[in-house]
Amino acid sequence: MGRVIGLVAYHVFKESVRDKVLYNLVFFAVLLISASYLIGQLTAGQDVKIIKDLGLAASSVFGLFIAVFIGVGLVWKEVDRRSVYNLLVKPLRRHEFIVGKFLGLALTLAVNIAVMAAALYAVLALMNWLAPGLAKAAVEAPVLDPQLLKAFALLYVQLLVVTSVALFFSAFSGPMLSAAFTFGLYIIGHFNADLAHFETVVKSQAAAWLGRALYYILPNLAPFDVKAAVVHGQPVSAAYVVLTTGYGLLYAGAMVALAVLVFSRRDFK
Amino acid sequence: MGAPADRGRGWGVSALALLTLAAMLWGASLSLQAYREVRHPLPPVDNDVLYFRGGAAVSRAALGFDAILADVYWIRAIQHFGGTRHSESGDKSYKLLYPLLDLTTTLDPHFNIAYRFGAIFLAEEYPNGPGRTDQAIALLERGLAADPTRWQYAQDAGFVHYWWRQDYRAAAEWFDRASRIEGAPWWLRSMAATTLAEGGDRQSSRQLWQQLYETTDDTWVRDNAQLKLAQLKALDDIDALAGVIRRFTQARGRPPASWNELVAVRWLSSTPLDPSGTPYELTPGAPGGVALSERSALAPLPPQFTKKQTGPSS
Repeated sequence: MGRVIGLVAYHVFKESVRDKVLYNLVFFAVLLISASYLIGQLTAGQDVKIIKDLGLAASSVFGLFIAVFIGVGLVWKEVDRRSVYNLLVKPLRRHEFIVGKFLGLALTLAVNIAVMAAALYAVLALMNWLAPGLAKAAVEAPVLDPQLLKAFALLYVQLLVVTSVALFFSAFSGPMLSAAFTFGLYIIGHFNADLAHFETVVKSQAAAWLGRALYYILPNLAPFDVKAAVVHGQPVSAAYVVLTTGYGLLYAGAMVALAVLVFSRRDFK
Repeated sequence: MGAPADRGRGWGVSALALLTLAAMLWGASLSLQAYREVRHPLPPVDNDVLYFRGGAAVSRAALGFDAILADVYWIRAIQHFGGTRHSESGDKSYKLLYPLLDLTTTLDPHFNIAYRFGAIFLAEEYPNGPGRTDQAIALLERGLAADPTRWQYAQDAGFVHYWWRQDYRAAAEWFDRASRIEGAPWWLRSMAATTLAEGGDRQSSRQLWQQLYETTDDTWVRDNAQLKLAQLKALDDIDALAGVIRRFTQARGRPPASWNELVAVRWLSSTPLDPSGTPYELTPGAPGGVALSERSALAPLPPQFTKKQTGPSS
């Protein structure tokens, strides 16, 4: 089973490379390098903070676009091209197909995030080398702060959650609707905490319970965002990272399971 | 064997032709656009547009991109301050400065430099700044509320009271408050005592700025302290030059017409320069008969100290 899933995942990764998805890394590198020069001209200090903010924000945006736009096409493309018929007559079970698709995109995202993190560190190292005074000015956190990796790690897990949501919608819906639903859930995921305290804005007990239920059902994406904390050198404990990662992986697992369920019941005759 | 090579060459030629065509079309479209803009000029860009006013609302809509948005607003705040300060317009309005700083610090409540330099921007006297010391203090108080361990904000609030408001009692209270925050340097306590005892004395001012210059890690805060120290040095220079002019006036019955006259009698070795390298100006109407050039990077000098000078005849 593992070998089959691995093969599907490998082909998803290969396809994303063939589709030039990794070209976004070039844009990322160019953006960071040009920004590192321009920001020095525009700002009054804090160049390191702004480059870190920009690197993390750009990684988040690029990752989100890959997760959504590739994720929503993972299943739909196979159905639309009718290649799903050829695949499913092979010794490939439907859950292996879905899990493989998910892991393939997870691998693509992992490569993306890893290269973006490396590029950000490279640009920071270059800035530090060209202007050693920056290290002294960066009083809140070191220029080459290993804490940044925590932000990248949680960003990656957040993208896995988004990918799983996109894959779930892709299992029964077209790409436009799936993208709209996924972006919708991404936005709601950042306002989720409001639902947990819905009773403060409504009088109805039932509405408050519904709000709380939605809080648990919908993905809670805000806790994955520790960008500001790491940039300001505020502590992000290992326990927090582990707990948030655990939540994300379990949630993504649940969404993949739901996607398998929906896809297993689809009739391709 | 030749066919693929021919095909490759043919592809190269057509690619070159297409690139040329694209470049020509692009160039033509740019020329046409430039021509249209001559005939129908673009509407002026209103740089005073804030886009959003409520920082909390922007923060909610930022979807986790608060920090990068804060950076954008910080850059806008700097551009607004610098652009207005250096504009030739007679009516310098810094109306967006506080809202921009408010947005920046609401989006990123730990944006250290936005509080520290934002307060300096706000406190600078008109026309070099809006002269809103109240807003400067409010901004620093918000910074302290967001991060109560940052004694630097309390120290900066003390500086605002000391330098721009000349409220030495309030300054001393802020320095004392800063000294009580864990991690604050020992000299803040003596700074509070000195401020209370000696008030606006030039020497104590020099000590305050020197402490800030030597202890801050931030380049811009250090540069600002350096500027203030240079201004204080210029005030000392002007006092010394006023003394020379007074002596010359007493000896000759008239003030010197140029620095060369003082150089000729060897009372000066050369034309005196301020710490920024700009020559001082002999200005008969000025207190002491000498003034800082308006072209100097140090102009204008802090008014609380310039008022204390005396004329050449006194």
